[in-house]
Amino acid sequence: MTDAVLTLHELRVTYRTLRGPVHAVRGVSLAIPPARIFGLVGESGSGKSTVAQAVMGALRGRARVEGEVRYRGANLLGQSERELRRLWGRRLAMVFQDPTSTLNPVLTVGEQLVEVLREHEALSTRHAEERGRALFAAVRLPHPGDIARRYPHQLSGGQQQRVAIAIALACDPDVLVLDEPTTGLDVTTEARILDLVESLRQRSRAAILYISHNLGVIHRLCDEVAVMYAGEVVEQGPARPLFALPRHPYTLALLECLPRVEAPPAGRLLPAIEGSLPDPAGATDRCLFAPRCGMATERCRGEHPGWIETAPRHRSRCFYADAVPPPAGRVGGPVASVILPLSRPLLEIDGVRHHYRGGGGMLGWGGRPVRALDGVSLAVPVGQTLAVVGESGSGKTTLARAVVGLLRPTAGRIRLDGATLPPRPGTWRRAVRRRLQIVFQNPDLTLNPRRTILEAVARPLELFGLTDRRRRRADARRVLEAVGLGERYLDLFPSQISGGQRQRVAIARAFACQPDVVVCDEPTSALDVSVQATVLNLLAGLQAREHSSYLFISHDLSVVRHIADRVAVLYLGRVCEIGRTEDVFAPPYHPYTEALLDAAPSLSAGPVAPAPSLEGPAPDPAAPPSGCPFHPRCPRKVGPICEVEAPALAVAGQGHAIACHIPPDELRRLQARDH
Amino acid sequence: MGHSETSAVPAATALKSTPRTGLVRELLARSPGTVVGAVLLGLHVVLALLGPTLARYPYAEFHMMHALEPPSRQFWGGTDQFGRDQWSRVMWGARGTLTLAAVSTVLGVGLGVLVGMVGGYYRGLLDEILGRGVDALMALPALPLAMLLLTTVGANPVYVALGIAVVFMPRSARVLRGVALRLAASEFIDAARVRGERGSYIIFREMLPNAWAPITVELTIRFAYAILLATSLGFLGLGAQPPAPDWGLMINEALPFLSQAPWLAILPAAAISTAVVGANLLGDGLREALALRHASELP
Repeated sequence: MTDAVLTLHELRVTYRTLRGPVHAVRGVSLAIPPARIFGLVGESGSGKSTVAQAVMGALRGRARVEGEVRYRGANLLGQSERELRRLWGRRLAMVFQDPTSTLNPVLTVGEQLVEVLREHEALSTRHAEERGRALFAAVRLPHPGDIARRYPHQLSGGQQQRVAIAIALACDPDVLVLDEPTTGLDVTTEARILDLVESLRQRSRAAILYISHNLGVIHRLCDEVAVMYAGEVVEQGPARPLFALPRHPYTLALLECLPRVEAPPAGRLLPAIEGSLPDPAGATDRCLFAPRCGMATERCRGEHPGWIETAPRHRSRCFYADAVPPPAGRVGGPVASVILPLSRPLLEIDGVRHHYRGGGGMLGWGGRPVRALDGVSLAVPVGQTLAVVGESGSGKTTLARAVVGLLRPTAGRIRLDGATLPPRPGTWRRAVRRRLQIVFQNPDLTLNPRRTILEAVARPLELFGLTDRRRRRADARRVLEAVGLGERYLDLFPSQISGGQRQRVAIARAFACQPDVVVCDEPTSALDVSVQATVLNLLAGLQAREHSSYLFISHDLSVVRHIADRVAVLYLGRVCEIGRTEDVFAPPYHPYTEALLDAAPSLSAGPVAPAPSLEGPAPDPAAPPSGCPFHPRCPRKVGPICEVEAPALAVAGQGHAIACHIPPDELRRLQARDH
Repeated sequence: MGHSETSAVPAATALKSTPRTGLVRELLARSPGTVVGAVLLGLHVVLALLGPTLARYPYAEFHMMHALEPPSRQFWGGTDQFGRDQWSRVMWGARGTLTLAAVSTVLGVGLGVLVGMVGGYYRGLLDEILGRGVDALMALPALPLAMLLLTTVGANPVYVALGIAVVFMPRSARVLRGVALRLAASEFIDAARVRGERGSYIIFREMLPNAWAPITVELTIRFAYAILLATSLGFLGLGAQPPAPDWGLMINEALPFLSQAPWLAILPAAAISTAVVGANLLGDGLREALALRHASELP
């Protein structure tokens, strides 16, 4: 295209390492015209962020960068550092994943924006301040004048990212590079940022390069997409046809391994992508995806596929591009699971509260009490999964920690198999400990870096007397095999295996002592989608075999929809909706559930589904609103009653309850009208 | 996702070299000072091990005919007022001085690790009490505090070691408390608590192995101070008593003859400074290398 603002031509990035050259990016070509959003999607290690760094010129002296990065015809790679500095920040701008590391913590955000305006636009302070306020308003920050006087730590993550975007837009750039700008934000915040990017495209007419691992986000936002695998673009084309009919097996696999928020679960297995990324220093005379591809033939293993044009502007690096089947929804077979009737609750959480003193003050005195949990009652039946959904600050992690005895709730009872657990977790008997286990979120910290996998999985066996010195190794191997890892992993350290494998070891450790209840605290949120599918399958398989009950904590509605039998939606420490999964994901919804569902990036909805964004600031558990905690942000607020009186849970169907002043039937009617 | 991508390359190389050998190689390449420190300290260790065997004369052998002679072929380090060979005495003294410093360092850092780890893991009231105690000890300058302790209980190498340990404990405790706080927030510690592990197991088996790096640095740096502190106490007459060949004591004894026989003071002073400088260089190098490693591990 001739009118493209930003063009990459055969961009290659090679790192020199002790083990030889590592090809991080192997030939990426793309062109972005004004007011277009180009999506670069891939998993960890695909090289998508390296592309951003190369475009920015941040790799000088650290890697060999070849090819062309053209901005309006001028190749940026050949330019001097000074020339680049002049362009970056003015004509080209970048927004990173983590706004906390982009913003200077000792300056107010207003000062930082004014500084940029004065530096690049040579505006007077007064004019710069005026422009700054306008920019803050343009990125939809509430009370721009007030926000400008605050320091970064006084803003929420979403607000910080808006400030970062405002700074990037300060000089009205022609090119905007966004590198995972919404990763780490809540779904509702993410939806608002995506809306913002969408509106900026129209207003500023910048060419936008949007980098993300999230297919839903890319689908919602982008006009054209390139899918990267192992440093190479394997498929590239207009977004809509590419997602509807992918022409590369990797794209297809990525789409299929994603649990979907809208599709009813047809069996519990997600089609996972087996294997792992190829060695970046390895041979390149074959299809890089062949070892993990179900369609691969001898030809794929002996010859590197070139581009195959499958439609105008749509191309794929697959010899059999036209044979790639359309995404068929679920292809994995259902697990033979014993469906137990909703009967005996194994774990009961009864009116649990957890209030603690907020920061500030000596010895923890003073400070406002934070109401992390404000009277939560839930039950998990034998062999079933109860998912707890909520944004950050909803108290879902506090609930998880209270259940396994990592903190002592202020009030309320937890019953296991009918027996009330002592309020002080320190006095829990060993038998209780054995029955309650937890899987954590962060695969980097979940295993002790100084202990081998053998020690990690054998320890619970030793502690609960399930093994002896002679059988220890064999028992540990058996436990590890249950999560699909072989004996060769036993003597490795956590640093020597991948994040997904570490998470599997953590699951093996939790299941080693045959627990009855396993609390899963966002077990897949730090993993790539293909790995996530493997871990979710593993959890489903283990549940079917061991009849264990899961309390599954997550912010990801599609994962919840996939794995849960029942769902509880938590807002500011209170349950606002609870019911069977299919009931919670169908009208009538609690207005908050409705907002969450609208905000979730989805693959089937048409691109740019206008989400009724949540109004008002993010919830602060230290200062919960009076009455219904959701009323300040609620799009369906009925009137003063919402501010005064907290609604009780109203029955909306069998085992389905909604805490809202609007009766369930009325909610159903309203929601049917709006959708 | 972005951060794991950038760390993919170092992770791949880390696979080949185990943490330990990688550290040594990094060290040699990055800072020659560390190597100088290691060599100096190594020489002193050899001296401590073999000094008494290699020395030409017993440390208390008088040669009254040769009193206060400058260095010569017969008496390499010159002689004191009793005709004792200063070179031999310095060699004899290495063992006592370095052992004293090592014992008190291990004792002090060990106590500090214990106090710091316990406070950092349990938090709450216990941490407050330990913390205030540490603050109180820390408020007093090291040498006067050690002097105060020794004048109360009497001069004796065992008490010197204990005194130095008490002085060192709070400093190490602070460092290790920070490490423990960071470690205690890790999910693998939570996992251990969920299993119902005892506090002692968590502290010694789960957390301690992850704290070896800062403990090693702490040991080398404190060792340098311990030499200085032990010899200062010796100099003040609060440590070893004559005729022991303690380096500090030797400098004290050389004072009256400083103008006529400066070699008497120079030799033990040189021994002290090389040991201190050696330990310090090594400690600084280790700390830097570990800080670099730590920084490279973070995204």
